[in-house]
Amino acid sequence: MRIYVCVKHVPDSAANIHIVDHLKIDESVPFLLNPYDEHAVTEAVALKQQMPDSEIIAVCLGKKGAESTLRSALAMGADRGLLVETDAVCDSMATARALHAAILKDGSPDIIFTGKESIDSEGMQTQFRIGALFGFPVATNAASLDLTAGKAVVTCELAGGRTRTFELTLPCVIGAGRGLNTPIYPTFPDVVKSRKKPITTLALSELNVSAAPGSAKIVAMTPLVQKRTPRKITGAPSEQAAEIIRILKQEAKVLS
Amino acid sequence: MKQAGIVIEMEHGRVKETSLGMITLAGRTTESLTALVMDGITDEVTDQLAAHGVHTIVDLVLPEAPEIRQNPAVRAAAVVQAVRDRGLDHVLGLSSPEGKDLLPRVAALLDAPLVMDCVDVDLEKGLAETSQYSGKVMAKIQLTGETQVFGVRPNAVPPEPKPVKADVVAMTGDKAVPETITLVSWDDGDAEGRQSLVEADIIIAGGRGLKNRDNFSLIFECAQKLNAVPGASRVAVDEGWVPYALQVGQTGEKVSPQVYIACGISGSIQHFAGMKTAKMIIAVNRDENAAIMANCDYQVQGDLFDILPELIRQL
Ligand SMILES: Cc1cc2nc3c(=O)[nH]c(=O)nc-3n(C[C@H](O)[C@H](O)[C@H](O)COP(=O)(O)OP(=O)(O)OC[C@H]3O[C@@H](n4cnc5c(N)ncnc54)[C@H](O)[C@@H]3O)c2cc1C
Repeated sequence: MRIYVCVKHVPDSAANIHIVDHLKIDESVPFLLNPYDEHAVTEAVALKQQMPDSEIIAVCLGKKGAESTLRSALAMGADRGLLVETDAVCDSMATARALHAAILKDGSPDIIFTGKESIDSEGMQTQFRIGALFGFPVATNAASLDLTAGKAVVTCELAGGRTRTFELTLPCVIGAGRGLNTPIYPTFPDVVKSRKKPITTLALSELNVSAAPGSAKIVAMTPLVQKRTPRKITGAPSEQAAEIIRILKQEAKVLS
Repeated sequence: MKQAGIVIEMEHGRVKETSLGMITLAGRTTESLTALVMDGITDEVTDQLAAHGVHTIVDLVLPEAPEIRQNPAVRAAAVVQAVRDRGLDHVLGLSSPEGKDLLPRVAALLDAPLVMDCVDVDLEKGLAETSQYSGKVMAKIQLTGETQVFGVRPNAVPPEPKPVKADVVAMTGDKAVPETITLVSWDDGDAEGRQSLVEADIIIAGGRGLKNRDNFSLIFECAQKLNAVPGASRVAVDEGWVPYALQVGQTGEKVSPQVYIACGISGSIQHFAGMKTAKMIIAVNRDENAAIMANCDYQVQGDLFDILPELIRQL
């Protein structure tokens, strides 16, 4: 099996985000492998354990610095990395085109993994666009995956504990969700070994990707601080409870 | 004039309040509203839609068999067909659990731009506003392209009445049924009849402060009395006290209820990422220095094991 995993280099979720020129974030914060993509890599590694002659290729579109995210994927068990380098800001339509072109140039996929979303732009759509460009079926927010008889049986999570199980023909695209597995935590020897694994870099311009018929471009950014001024509810627990109920009734008007 | 198609979600045979709110939002910047209905049209549904400003109701008439009509790939293809048949310029749907598996399919098939989880849209200008970076940033996004798709955060705006006359048209004809993806089974969990977190008006959530699974019954009992939906921090989920479905936060659900009551939750950046757009936050916490106490509307300092039983008693 030839398994591709699309990974994204994103700011650490715990980082403080500062906005520059009302338009973009200050990128001098720690970046790492998108958390959902960790589940994607982990699932690919599990498949390779079942089918040892598989190859796992981690693909990333990003700046030069995104190489460190590819290294993380290699430390977790991917065999080699492919960096499509660009300094441009790419929306989902452009990103999917670039990833599609890079994968197509590299080989023919049996399965492509992505995370269900990236925690920076939170677009939730790249997996579907890659699927449409290849003509492959897509399942997202996968919580379990079974490959049997040339098909992928995928259980996807909806909210509230609801699930749906799909059967997909191969090749297919799977958007990994949190329920899929527990991400591999690379050991120090894994990290050392990953330094010897190859990463190929190619410039986005080399791929001759055609322009998309539409775009989504950020035109303004503002910090989302909803400054709240806390008021104290004091007294004995019974008084505090009574005051909460009064607020729910009279101020929030959600209780009658 | 620009035409907006609105994908309607239903519950118990009625249009969801959150779908009606989305109609109100769309109606602020476009005149021509078309509702796309996949789950059957009744007089009640027609009345609800017409009362909120929908001029045209399109019944997509999906095949009866549930494994076909519930398949998001089938639904997406039907929406795309309606967009083409009716010459729609915009497609709006809820950024709900179903919407997250539907709207991106629609956008990919149309090869059209999409912004999910919008808190505001301007259809005239093709602008969307959504939070990014785990809720730390609000981004204004300009879309270009012949057709544009918007996923609207449930509860982004409340529904407002705007009575008009609505025509119903049925989109009969064969529906595309993809052979590459089939729905084989589904599990509606224990959520039958229970509101989902993202659509809740009141959420009462518990965190590490609950200490164990049994104590979480305090949250469930309060939720029941308040007609609220229970939620949880990641710690409570990781400890196995409650299922993942209840998790609020960056890697859980993103919610905007009228009231969010956080009990024994410290208010980490990742938790806030999921609930900072709540209209009112009430924090019940022992520690006055907990992050949530500085960024809430009401701080209730004290032991939740004293306060929650009182709340249950008084309700
Ligand atoms: C990539 C990533 C993603 C994450 N995603 C999420 C997410 O989606 N959602 C999420 O919630 N977290 C998420 N986290 C975890 C997050 O960082 C915090 O660890 C977590 O939110 C803490 O949960 P908590 O508030 O319940 O626990 P704690 O931080 O331990 O807080 C417990 C609070 O309870 C109070 N307390 C204790 N006992 C009592 C009592 N008897 N009465 C009253 N108060 C009491 C304490 O004062 C304290 O403030 C994520 C972390 C990472 C790295």
